[in-house]
Amino acid sequence: MYKITKAEMLADKIFLMDVEAPRVAKNCEPGQFIIVKAGEKGERIPLTICDYDREAGTITIVFQTVGASTEKMASLKAGDYFDDFVGPLGLPSEFIHEDIEELKKKKILFVAGGVGTAPVYPQVKWMHEHGIDVDVIVGAKTKDMLILEEEMKAVAGNLYVTTDDGSYARKGMVTEVIKDLVNNQGKTYDVCVAIGPLIMMKFVALLTKELNIPTVVSLNPIMVDGTGMCGACRVTVGSEVKFACVDGPEFDGHLVNFDEAMKRQQTYKTAEGRAMLKAVEGDTHHGGCGNCGGDE
Amino acid sequence: MDILKKVPVREQDAKVRAKNFEEVCLGYNLEEAMEEAKRCLNCKNAKCIKGCPVSIDIPAFIQEVAAGNIEEAAKIIAESSCLPAVCGRVCPQESQCEGVCIRGIKGEPVSIGKLERFVADWSREHNIVPEKPEKTNGIKVAVIGSGPSGLACAGDLAKKGYEVTIFEALHEAGGVLVYGIPEFRLPKETVVKTEIDNVIKLGVKIETNVIIGKSITIDELFEEGFKAVFIGSGAGLPKFMGIPGENANGVFSANEYLTRNNLMKAFETDSDTPIYRGKKVAVVGGGNVAMDAARTALRLGAEVHIVYRRSQDELPARVEEVHHAIQEGVIFDLLTNPVEILVSEDGWVKGMKCVKMGLGEPDASGRRRPMEIPGSEFEMELDAVIMSLGTSPNPLISSTTEGLEVNKWKCIVADEEFGKTSKEGVFAGGDAVTGAATVILAMGAGRAGAKGIDEYLSKK
Ligand SMILES: Cc1cc2nc3c(=O)[nH]c(=O)nc-3n(C[C@H](O)[C@H](O)[C@H](O)COP(=O)(O)OP(=O)(O)OC[C@H]3O[C@@H](n4cnc5c(N)ncnc54)[C@H](O)[C@@H]3O)c2cc1C
Ligand SMILES: Cc1cc2nc3c(=O)[nH]c(=O)nc-3n(C[C@H](O)[C@H](O)[C@H](O)COP(=O)(O)OP(=O)(O)OC[C@H]3O[C@@H](n4cnc5c(N)ncnc54)[C@H](O)[C@@H]3O)c2cc1C
Ligand code: SF4
Ligand code: SF4
Ligand code: FES
Ligand SMILES: [Mg+2]
Repeated sequence: MYKITKAEMLADKIFLMDVEAPRVAKNCEPGQFIIVKAGEKGERIPLTICDYDREAGTITIVFQTVGASTEKMASLKAGDYFDDFVGPLGLPSEFIHEDIEELKKKKILFVAGGVGTAPVYPQVKWMHEHGIDVDVIVGAKTKDMLILEEEMKAVAGNLYVTTDDGSYARKGMVTEVIKDLVNNQGKTYDVCVAIGPLIMMKFVALLTKELNIPTVVSLNPIMVDGTGMCGACRVTVGSEVKFACVDGPEFDGHLVNFDEAMKRQQTYKTAEGRAMLKAVEGDTHHGGCGNCGGDE
Repeated sequence: MDILKKVPVREQDAKVRAKNFEEVCLGYNLEEAMEEAKRCLNCKNAKCIKGCPVSIDIPAFIQEVAAGNIEEAAKIIAESSCLPAVCGRVCPQESQCEGVCIRGIKGEPVSIGKLERFVADWSREHNIVPEKPEKTNGIKVAVIGSGPSGLACAGDLAKKGYEVTIFEALHEAGGVLVYGIPEFRLPKETVVKTEIDNVIKLGVKIETNVIIGKSITIDELFEEGFKAVFIGSGAGLPKFMGIPGENANGVFSANEYLTRNNLMKAFETDSDTPIYRGKKVAVVGGGNVAMDAARTALRLGAEVHIVYRRSQDELPARVEEVHHAIQEGVIFDLLTNPVEILVSEDGWVKGMKCVKMGLGEPDASGRRRPMEIPGSEFEMELDAVIMSLGTSPNPLISSTTEGLEVNKWKCIVADEEFGKTSKEGVFAGGDAVTGAATVILAMGAGRAGAKGIDEYLSKK
């Protein structure tokens, strides 16, 4: 059993929890994820590691309620337990293997969408801890859906916040901000890391391809085991089929077949469930975790 | 009674069982078991023992059954096997112990598997539990994976006094026994869990949710004070065909489909994990795994076709499983090979393009080589396809362990007698070494590993 030491609501439908998992905390790196299961009959839910405290032996997760399992998780309080919590899974972000001095010379742009801000955070924090200032764009559907702004401000070089409806900071999609920075503010980037809903990553990748900025995206297909055993998480990258749980979750955004990935995410959504989700998700749609598959 | 024939075993009616997940075979009762046991000739030079990969003293235990001393019979089996209720159910007996039974020359062999199963079930029902060794020797050994090889290795080492911890990646122990083989062949709660509990009762600790190579590496295990490591991580990496359309929604690996159903219990209404219940499903492949996937899909309400490129004679699955599948209504499309999955606009499987095959000259495996018949292409209408083309070892451990030799199929290189690998203090066995094989071979390899580890550590 894995104790929840902290549980708070960051925004409507978005929750943060700290969970005691010393083995995971000891070995995890930015870019990796865990699988959590609540209750004996619970589903195995993959979530990106949002932060970790090696000394306290805790992992921070941030999740959005989109269906039965995440709803169930949201009902847990500090002091409650998860039945299972396994990780770290997947490969760490590639940059942690890079030469720090080389990395310092690079201009890096992070683009976070909605709950995707959570997985971007540990990467930006890692950069900050290694003395690297990076630009960060955080997009949310609306002001109330914006998360981790203060935390991000503390570790980002420049932080650009945007809301789709203009209720806070800039107005417009993250792609608008990228265009503005590159076209109007004379910024250049050597690499872009984009994490958010598939539909957002798709459009960021299309844009950065035009702008010639190599781009890394973090995929979140349906998973079961997370160890390479089931193949549920297969995605097409370039001409190859990859298992996101062991070969990823981060891939070259210019090579990912996003349309296929979006379709595959719908596998367990019945037409009825889809309709319900649309109604329930309503305006949280863009702030999503990437599972909605975007506008259909 | 016809002495040339096995005492028939009671089974759930095919029509009834095709709609539920309860066990197909009901097993013998005491009376039936004693009667069947009397068919054994108690051969001096018992061939059956050589047919059993773990050399159970078959005539000895059967004589005890014939005399009604079931507890004694259980003790004899326990000397060689820690999973008798499992093996009695899933061993390919026809090609092992029963395949060489003298009785089989002029009639049906003794029903060794069903007798072994009876003894194990009886022991469970009568709460016979293994004795825990009096004291441990304080030496820590780590076992990776809680499938049959890991369990067998851990059990043997615990009996010798070692302090054994099994590390399991999934949230439940058992390996393929819990995630792969379905409930209707191998009940989880009663059979698998009891046999795992028996290993725990020997003093073995099982830590679930630990992925070696991710949560902790083998080298770190040594730093944690483990003196030797046994790798029993299985062959869990599924293969796909690489044909167009294979990433469509509704195409699953047998591993995914079976894991959702067995490990995650998706067939039960109170499970949070979804499974796709197709209307017309094709299972591609002809092994045990394909039969299990097909019979699972059938029970979830689908019309099911096994699509296999050779003929019935070459089906690698156990005879009993093929027979059960046919009885239950699985349709066999033999000498048929898929060339493309047909996909609808919204990304779902809508069918499969196949070609008919003919059989040519025998190939390296001795089986006649299937060859495409030109112009025989046809389309099947489907809403799900389950790929059951075999599995290979997961490279997760080998890629994170320096000095661990693997062959070109990513199988860990280990010697047969002691499971010794190229890395000091590291032993391996089961599917991780041989590639996908059988429960009993994995168990045998686990025992060999325990022997190797004991020898290695006693010399230290
Ligand atoms: C590597 C990875 C990292 C992720 N990180 C985060 C994160 O940090 N925060 C966050 O909020 N979400 C994250 N997700 C998504 C999260 O796992 C899903 O939102 C969750 O599984 C939905 O479960 P549910 O039962 O609540 O909803 P459901 O109603 O079951 O599903 C809602 C949507 O999620 C998809 N989905 C269902 N099961 C899974 C599954 N096992 N894996 C992936 N998608 C699934 C469905 O197809 C559907 O589109 C991540 C997913 C992956 C694969
Ligand atoms: C559907 C199906 C049906 C079958 N039917 C039969 C049958 O009827 N008769 C028969 O004899 N055989 C059958 N087999 C084959 C048999 O189950 C296997 O040969 C046997 O289970 C192999 O045992 P093992 O201990 O080597 O590995 P497994 O049973 O595969 O167990 C390996 C365990 O190691 C864990 N693991 C893997 N990597 C790691 C890691 N890095 N860290 C921690 N843990 C890890 C896995 O999660 C798993 O639990 C079947 C197999 C399948 C898939
Ligand atoms: S373990 Fe398997 S091979 Fe050995 S006697 Fe039992 S059924 Fe036969
Ligand atoms: S070979 Fe057959 S008859 Fe002979 S001892 Fe073994 S089981 Fe009995
Ligand atoms: S989640 Fe099963 S192989 Fe990736
Ligand atoms: Mg769900």
